[in-house]
Amino acid sequence: MSNEATLHGHAATSHDADVHHDEHGHHHKETFITKYVFSQDHKMIAKQFLITGMIWAILGGLMSVLFRLQLGYPDAHFQILEDLLGSKWAKGGQIQPEFYYALVTMHGTVLVFFVLTGGLSGTFANFLIPLQLGARDMASPMLNMLSYWFFWLASVTMLSSLFVETGPASGGWTSYPPLSALGDASEGSKIGMDLWIISMALFVVSSLLGGLNYISTILNLRTKGMSMTRMPLTIWALFFTAILGVLSFPVLLSGFILLLFDRHGGTSFYLSDIYIASGKALPNEGGSAILYQHLFWFLGHPEVYIIILPAMGLVSEVMSVNARKPIFGYMAMVGSMFAIAVLAFLVWAHHMFVTGLNPFLGSVFVLLTLLIAVPSAIKVFNWLTTLWKGNIRFTPAMLFAIGFVSMFISGGLTGIFLGNSTLDIQLHDTYFVIAHFHIVMGVSGILGMFAGIYHWFPKMYGRYLNNTMAYIHFWITLVGAYLIFWPMHYEGLAGMPRRYLDYSGWLSFNQFGGLNRFISTVAMIVFAAQLLFVFNFFYSIFKGRRVITQNPWGATTLEWTAPIRPGHGNWPGEIPEVHRWAYDYAKDGRDFIPQTEPLGSNESAH
Amino acid sequence: MSTLFLLLILLLGFLITFQIAKASEYVGVLKGEKKNFEANNRINGFLMIAFLVLGLIGVYWCNELYRGKILGESASKHGEQIDTMMYITIAITGVVFVITQILLFWFAYKYQYSEKRTAYYFPHDNRLEIIWTVVPAIALTVLVGFGLFYWFRITGEAPADAAQVEVTGKQFGWIFRYPGKDGVFGKKYYKNIDEAAGNSLGLIWDDPSGHDDVVVGNEMYIEVLKPIKLIINSRDVVHDVGLVHFRQKMDAVPGTPTTMWFTPKFTTDEMKKKLGNPDFEYELSCDQMCGKGHFTMRAVVKVVTHDELILWKAKQKAAYVLAFPDKDPSAQPKIDTLPKNPSTAGIN
Repeated sequence: MSNEATLHGHAATSHDADVHHDEHGHHHKETFITKYVFSQDHKMIAKQFLITGMIWAILGGLMSVLFRLQLGYPDAHFQILEDLLGSKWAKGGQIQPEFYYALVTMHGTVLVFFVLTGGLSGTFANFLIPLQLGARDMASPMLNMLSYWFFWLASVTMLSSLFVETGPASGGWTSYPPLSALGDASEGSKIGMDLWIISMALFVVSSLLGGLNYISTILNLRTKGMSMTRMPLTIWALFFTAILGVLSFPVLLSGFILLLFDRHGGTSFYLSDIYIASGKALPNEGGSAILYQHLFWFLGHPEVYIIILPAMGLVSEVMSVNARKPIFGYMAMVGSMFAIAVLAFLVWAHHMFVTGLNPFLGSVFVLLTLLIAVPSAIKVFNWLTTLWKGNIRFTPAMLFAIGFVSMFISGGLTGIFLGNSTLDIQLHDTYFVIAHFHIVMGVSGILGMFAGIYHWFPKMYGRYLNNTMAYIHFWITLVGAYLIFWPMHYEGLAGMPRRYLDYSGWLSFNQFGGLNRFISTVAMIVFAAQLLFVFNFFYSIFKGRRVITQNPWGATTLEWTAPIRPGHGNWPGEIPEVHRWAYDYAKDGRDFIPQTEPLGSNESAH
Repeated sequence: MSTLFLLLILLLGFLITFQIAKASEYVGVLKGEKKNFEANNRINGFLMIAFLVLGLIGVYWCNELYRGKILGESASKHGEQIDTMMYITIAITGVVFVITQILLFWFAYKYQYSEKRTAYYFPHDNRLEIIWTVVPAIALTVLVGFGLFYWFRITGEAPADAAQVEVTGKQFGWIFRYPGKDGVFGKKYYKNIDEAAGNSLGLIWDDPSGHDDVVVGNEMYIEVLKPIKLIINSRDVVHDVGLVHFRQKMDAVPGTPTTMWFTPKFTTDEMKKKLGNPDFEYELSCDQMCGKGHFTMRAVVKVVTHDELILWKAKQKAAYVLAFPDKDPSAQPKIDTLPKNPSTAGIN
């Protein structure tokens, strides 16, 4: 028997469950274009979001490797950089300041919006909402398709900005005016900034189309018996995420439109009293640069919950399945997500404690910000209790879920420092902030996403990812992430400002040269481990071990009642009916009870 | 060449990992799915506990390694309060961090899969949930209480006798203005800015209170043990006045002046002795991204004694005098009429 045959020896059996199923009528023949490109099947759209997100993650990660190269080795010359990027960006093999700032700006924008919002929500909201609710598709498959294609247009626009002569936007991912409004103040604020704004506007459209669809699907298309309190936590998380997005992205868009007016329409929303070093006093008077920051952070803060809530949902589900225990405190989990979603709108100004904000107003935001720690703490303790007395299977997804909780604890606790305005005075805009948000939002978000990918890959592609590569990927990522970001707290406590190209000119910040080299080296190793994952992903789509059972993880939720490779419409024949919540694991001596199974005569609902 | 070599090694590493991963998958299938799963589970369970132990040791070690390299004693009185708050927060969060991480990885290790064990059906417990809602809420109330107590002290009004310096950020440097003998800053208007004519801040020469204002770049002299209030402006984009040793930070926003105040505890010379570092300087850094030269936006703060400050001020010439050398009061008798300057036309 050949190896390939060993691996796929049971392939024949799989066809039993893998019925092809355009059986719910009204289905016409699919062409390549309608199946893979302009698809209206939520599962295909999910894959499109996922793969686009992965491409962006690789690009965004590569950008961080480039600027970490500069930070770790500020005096070195890497000839290959000049050969590849040209002498404008990497003269003599050294990253030039304009390029450095373009890299950090693009890294932030791409990772926050395109990977952890588009890639994360886009993938799992699309994939899981209909499958876990028992719906044939989204409420509006057409809008759903448009949501992806607006994301694609946003991506192409952003990508094109990397190739314009004056370079892409380089005023930081927050793009504060006046820097972002004035081409004379920065090269990146020329055409690159316009492309950035256009791309982000398209992204907002994509996000709204998607979000409205998710909300209406969750409210209207739940299968029979699927009351809101029987929904898996993934769906609750995606529901709150969509609401946050729908309410806050339009505010961001308005901020961008005003910025566009200031750039090209001669208005003065954000501009006042400006004299550009080239010798020009601008006519604008009476605007407020701080107004933009309010508009930006009114999305910007909910945005971090838009990233972390889906990750929390995925982790809750994965953790319960693999601990073989119900998630502890289901209602508390829903309640804390609700609390987080409400508070998300009331804390934005904690990003602005040192902008000259009225100290009294600041104090209100301190109170509201630290309030968020309460629902966050509830969630952490509930996850810990879910593990307690479980029977834990360390599938790759479970490992990432545990890693997520560890990271979320570490990053959440440093949030208590930054949310306290007194400490923020010292820590604001230092490496402490970098460490905090990378751990709590970046790394946690991406670990949650990995947990989701490893867990639902078999449902997406009918094959498994390779476990050994997954384990290597996990341990390098978790250990590496701590090695990169933990020491940054110390740099931040020393007051080391973020977004500096080179610290050697400073007496107060030049003591960390060795540490910066160490961090850069680890960052490169971790990036290589992500490439291993990417390879595993694409290889396994075509060559992975086949899934031969319908419910490989022994999960209760509805997606595992669908065929191994479901067609458009998800279930051949009737949609399953739901009789219980999603977390009946280890109940009454049974390993798990699917949601579709009616309650026994003497059985109590949870 | 070495880059290419590195890339080749990387590629080789990938190939080897891939082959091993592939092979182990085949072995797994041959060994039997269950056995293979149990072996992997044991390995990962062990790694969980190993990660916990090594991680906590690593945290301790990192702490030992870097605690000497972060800031020492605060050089301002406000900074002492921030440091106290920092220690309170580190203590509380530190305890929570250690406990929760230990529970997480220890549970993961202890409750790893075993054929003999069945998971315990434990969907919720109101008492437990109330405990871990109330306890964090109390801890956070303490932190908010302390934090706001210090916050209002730090951001409160500066004492009436505080000295004043105006700080203006520009791409990429700092301009400092002293009010001169009269203690009043002259009016300014940004359209008057004219570097060539010696008016980097746009002072309105018609305003006599500005005639004794001293404007200097890149070095700020302030007096030790005397409250100092900074009035912060920007000429172009948003900058930020960061004073690490004094634990202070405030944005410089074009069109909207901001303020901060603090009391320096040690002169620069005292700090040199204290730290045993003859090169020590207080540095003012820009902490808000402001363009390609952001990382070079440095100024030095010289904290000096009362007498030294008087001496330094006596040596400075007012900006007005530098712009109009013929109006120097020390060079010629007092003038009665103000100079008419065309650049102020149209200003109210």
